Amino acid sequence: MLEYTNKIQEIAKKILSEGKVDMVIGFRKGTIPMMSEPCFVTDADGVGELSFDSNCGSNLANYIMDRKEKIGIVAKGCDSRNIVNHIIENKIKREQLYIIGIPCRGMVDRHAVGAALGGEILEAVENADSLVVKGVDGEATYSLVDMLQDNCKTCTHRNPVIVDEMVADKVEEQQDTNPYEDVKKIEALSPEEKTAYFDELLSPCIRCYACRNACPLCYCPTCFVDESRPQWLGKSQDITDVKTFHFLRAYHCSGRCTECGACENACPMGIKVRQLTKKLNMDCLETWGWEAGLTVDARPALDQYNLNDPEEFIK
Amino acid sequence: MTVIKIDKTEFASGLEKLKGSNKLFSPAKKGKDFEFAKLDAGEVPDLEGCRNTGMSPKSLIYPQSETMFEYTTEEADPDANLMKDVEKDYAPRVVVGLRPCDAYSFKLVQRNFESPEYRDPYWADSYEATAFISIACSQPYSTCFCTTAGCGPFHEEGSDIILAEDGDGYIAKAVTEKGEKLLADAGWATTAEGGEDKFASLKKAAEEKVTSSIDISKVRDMAILDLYEADFWEKEAFACINCGTCTFVCPTCWCFDIQDENKGKEGVRMRNWDSCMFPLFTVHGTGHNPRDQKYMRLRQRYMHKLKYYVDKYEDDVLCTGCGRCIRMCPVNIDIRRICDKMNSYVKA
Repeated sequence: MLEYTNKIQEIAKKILSEGKVDMVIGFRKGTIPMMSEPCFVTDADGVGELSFDSNCGSNLANYIMDRKEKIGIVAKGCDSRNIVNHIIENKIKREQLYIIGIPCRGMVDRHAVGAALGGEILEAVENADSLVVKGVDGEATYSLVDMLQDNCKTCTHRNPVIVDEMVADKVEEQQDTNPYEDVKKIEALSPEEKTAYFDELLSPCIRCYACRNACPLCYCPTCFVDESRPQWLGKSQDITDVKTFHFLRAYHCSGRCTECGACENACPMGIKVRQLTKKLNMDCLETWGWEAGLTVDARPALDQYNLNDPEEFIK
Repeated sequence: MTVIKIDKTEFASGLEKLKGSNKLFSPAKKGKDFEFAKLDAGEVPDLEGCRNTGMSPKSLIYPQSETMFEYTTEEADPDANLMKDVEKDYAPRVVVGLRPCDAYSFKLVQRNFESPEYRDPYWADSYEATAFISIACSQPYSTCFCTTAGCGPFHEEGSDIILAEDGDGYIAKAVTEKGEKLLADAGWATTAEGGEDKFASLKKAAEEKVTSSIDISKVRDMAILDLYEADFWEKEAFACINCGTCTFVCPTCWCFDIQDENKGKEGVRMRNWDSCMFPLFTVHGTGHNPRDQKYMRLRQRYMHKLKYYVDKYEDDVLCTGCGRCIRMCPVNIDIRRICDKMNSYVKA
């Protein structure tokens, strides 16, 4: 995907100088290996700052809500699905956007690379299919495919679903990726085992809310955890409060989550928070055949009622 | 101060002796990172395996959630509606294997919790009950910039004993009276031949490995308001998602929020870490928020660490250069980059 950088810069330069947009939102190269930083450019002469590689796991749809400018935005498949969500939920207008589409081959999980290397990543060079990483004790080469984020491994919407200009030809979509295998395993647990599982999963949480804040779905003016009149939730490390935050947040994402993985990418403690949202995605898919953010022309599953909706749950 | 040599066997047996009258804490691998955990009898810390912990040791002295008082609203109780102190455990503790920057961080934080005017009893009692045996860094991270943040890989202030790896053991230097006593209690007494010189040469070698830096030389003389109104804040804050990661992993971020929680008629008053990155941090009772935009919150954090604190105490930065915020930030906000923006700012 390295060749995308030139094309992104070229498109950004064009749309900025033609006055089609006021700003272009993309990524710039990070200050440490295997990191990128979301950024914006307003000047056609400044597009050299824009860059793209396999370390652009943040979801840029998170940066456009309620903006008034005309915006060029770099969008992977998942980002584009969240843009669709935003359009449906009136957080941005389609006419405001010039979507620069990225045919995505998946983002690399820097934590997994660090773990495989066994320490700090001092230097990383990305090639077409591989990653050469230098650590304190030497060098290692990994196949990019082996080091993808969990959500990217099972992604079936790598190409943007809404786009104004692609930076390259579409990539082939993955088929039959079986994304819900782990959810089925958790479903099979007894209630006691489930409680133990979720306690273990969420006990490292420091309540920094990076998962929530990295998520384009979480844009409530005041999140329920921040409500103080009345206060809905305790602020301590009490596991019930910690779990309530995660469970409720997941429910708020029902039928809206695009599996972009920004939450897990952001978590400083390495918590697999998608264990919760995936269950709801699976239910939406199995119950209503619904996947979020694929089209602006359909109302989301939990946003409408149909006479033929399944109602087996009503006893 | 005493400089001695301890071999690994003596080190382990000395720690066992210390466990007799102290609770010991040291880094232990948990999940993807190391974190501080209690050392039980027979357990030896893995000091070499841990370059530094993910979370700093600040929670050992200043827990993320800490109960201060308890109360009951049961009218039949003679103490109804009274806030009563909860029982605290300030029995002697020793933290073994923290890095010198983290040991030093407590000295910075002490300015806030234990000043000539105010004494926070929870922090101060806890700090007083704790001794620190730090281990000097021979392998700093590429993101460590301690040598330009007022400390260094062999910095002594804040440690009671500082250890330096040396072949099959450690050179140990007692820095305080508390440290001298610990050496005696542990039975560590072998004089290190030329210990001071060896320590100095290891220190020099380690300092040369710290390649990252910050510079606030010009920030010191800038007018606060000029910097506050500088034009780069919005651009630099763009990526920030206003999570609390940087503040929670930071050993020198000290802010907290006080909460009452009750169940039925029983309740507690507790304090929890808070973060200036959170909008709620500054919301007034009226609903007005003087820092209602994210760039204002980001600006507050860096101005506090690199300007307000420096001006107020006429000292170095409120930062030890541990680099955790750089390594852990989900969107790569880098304090070195922000510092550079501040230091090179020229008012238009």
